[in-house]
Amino acid sequence: MKIAITATGPSLDDQVEARFGRTPYYLFIDTETMEFEAIQNPNVAAGGGAGIQSAQLMADNDVKYVLTGNCGPNASRVFGSAGVKLIVGVTGIARQAVEKFKAGALVVSGQANVASHFGMGGGQGMGGGGGRGMGAGRNRRS
Amino acid sequence: MKLAIASGKGGTGKTTIATNLALTLDDKGMEVQLLDCDVEEPNCHIFLKPKIESTAPVTVLIPKVIEEKCTGCGVCAEVCEYSAIAVIKGKVLIFPELCHGCGACKLFCPENAFIEVPREVGIIEEGKASGISFTHGFLNIGELMSPAVIDEVKKAAGDKEIVILDSPPGTSCPVIAAVKDADFVLLVTEPTPFGLNDLELAVGMARELKLPFAVAINRSDVGNEDVKEYCRREKIEIVLEIPNDRRIAEAYSRGEMVIHALPEYQKTFETCWEKIIDLHQNMMQAEQQEKTATES
Repeated sequence: MKIAITATGPSLDDQVEARFGRTPYYLFIDTETMEFEAIQNPNVAAGGGAGIQSAQLMADNDVKYVLTGNCGPNASRVFGSAGVKLIVGVTGIARQAVEKFKAGALVVSGQANVASHFGMGGGQGMGGGGGRGMGAGRNRRS
Repeated sequence: MKLAIASGKGGTGKTTIATNLALTLDDKGMEVQLLDCDVEEPNCHIFLKPKIESTAPVTVLIPKVIEEKCTGCGVCAEVCEYSAIAVIKGKVLIFPELCHGCGACKLFCPENAFIEVPREVGIIEEGKASGISFTHGFLNIGELMSPAVIDEVKKAAGDKEIVILDSPPGTSCPVIAAVKDADFVLLVTEPTPFGLNDLELAVGMARELKLPFAVAINRSDVGNEDVKEYCRREKIEIVLEIPNDRRIAEAYSRGEMVIHALPEYQKTFETCWEKIIDLHQNMMQAEQQEKTATES
């Protein structure tokens, strides 16, 4: 079965990345053989809609389960339509997370666990001192 | 004269200047309109305390798919610049809060399967504050499309002699939406490294938009001289300096107008306005001369 996990680097020995839409890498893993393919996230610096685009990428690659730290409502909606099962709250080394998954120790959440734009850098408007807008280096086109 | 009060950095004093300048000119018997374009955090009303006379919703058009016509080809998702559409297993998913209402999906759909429906993203309110015609907008919580609400606030601009726009901070889309058709932009900053950095960005924006501008320095007697040196180097006029006066902060924290609590500042705002008018006229004349020169 093909699953995907978000990772900070391109190998199974890298950490699970907490952000789904803006993770540096996705690892597509065959759970039977543990063979995997690492792809760089093309949406890491997207202006907006990174979660949607990334979720579409999972669906296009016929992934059955997605393992990640946090996932927002937009990506979750795409997963719902695509029939991709979502597991959030995953941490630690990617390989160990996959082993836990295979052992049945991880539970499908079926829904988002964070709000929109949760993983987007600085966040919105803390007080009067500038820093408004959606955080790190985003050239906002709204 | 349409004057936009803007700044790269937040919390520099845009609203303080916009409201006190508006009231100073109103007190002098001029016809003034104030448009609070900071629709994510409008706050001019806290100080001017306008009497709101009308409220209207702001809507944007978003696509709706007619499922019988849709073949799930995915063109709409491909052309959407903002990832507001995904096509999963032949089914169109629309994410309204990401939609900019550009209409590309409807335009490019080979099956003509889209219609557009209005969606409320905020409201605008209009009223009066002493003699000032007042309009502000509120973007609904969780919404991103502030330019739609800003545009609606700006549509309220009438034929008043003076229109003052209080812009949101920064240099991104909402700011562009607020300042783009102003006659003159006043860039507010403070004499700190942050203030200078963000002023340089704001100057870049004003130049890109070919808008005449000048600088106001708030809390001008703190920090360092770098902002002034930068303005000298770049030949940018400083038309207003407000000192770091604790009494201003106290009045502000009570929601009071500076010129009411400290009438001596009325003169400061009057002088600022005169300088802006002079500068604007000079710039217009220079432009006119340039035009005649190139024509002949």
